[in-house]
Amino acid sequence: MKIEHTNKSDNLYVKLFGELDEHSSAYARITLDMLFDEKNVKRVYIDMSGLEFMDSTGIGVLIGRYKRLKPRGIPIFIQSPPPTVDRVLKLSGIYNIMVKAG
Amino acid sequence: MENRMTVIFDAVTDNEAFARNTVAAFCVSLDPTVDQINDIKTAVSEAVTNCIVHAYPSNSADNKIQITTTVTEDSVHIVVSDTGIGIADVNSAMQPFYTSKPEQERSGMGFTVMESFMDTLTVENNVPTGTVVSMSKAIRGADWKKKKL
Repeated sequence: MKIEHTNKSDNLYVKLFGELDEHSSAYARITLDMLFDEKNVKRVYIDMSGLEFMDSTGIGVLIGRYKRLKPRGIPIFIQSPPPTVDRVLKLSGIYNIMVKAG
Repeated sequence: MENRMTVIFDAVTDNEAFARNTVAAFCVSLDPTVDQINDIKTAVSEAVTNCIVHAYPSNSADNKIQITTTVTEDSVHIVVSDTGIGIADVNSAMQPFYTSKPEQERSGMGFTVMESFMDTLTVENNVPTGTVVSMSKAIRGADWKKKKL
């Protein structure tokens, strides 16, 4: 998988491409944590429109990132998940802790 | 008429995409929708991930996963089996959010995803060791059957 990002003022925009499964989860964790550790980040937007596949390993990755950002008061917003990814997200209740924004 | 395919491969994460895409490709003869194909890919990926993460705690070239996919006239049946350590308490393992490895940021949603993306799911012990996960999904609906008659 591939992860692109842009920073606009306090907002971090992350876009995920490709397939998020057990094989790519370590890369996703390391890359996202590195981006999140930037001091000026106040909000994180994760664009999933380029995600071709995600299983419940991706839920584990998201919950782990949420736990790291929560003490810093940084919210995560999920954007444009494809239908199958959206179903996995809904099933896991992830929208109780992350807002779906578009 | 039944048509069957079996693949056996090493239980390593490099093979996850191969496993789900191979099963999906074999189902194409049933003319599934894009959503149905994605459901099957996701369910297979969950089963294969379980084998890699849980069934085989230590690395070995003997760690194998076998998938047998059977397509009938209107449905697909997938059996994912390993010869690993097995599941001590299947009922607990199948509960949503249950994970034996919370320290690894695991969601515990694997069986729940398989259950909701497929029509049936059974989890049994393999002989002499390991786990057998069987799941099936109807691909062609009542419309198709009516048309055929």
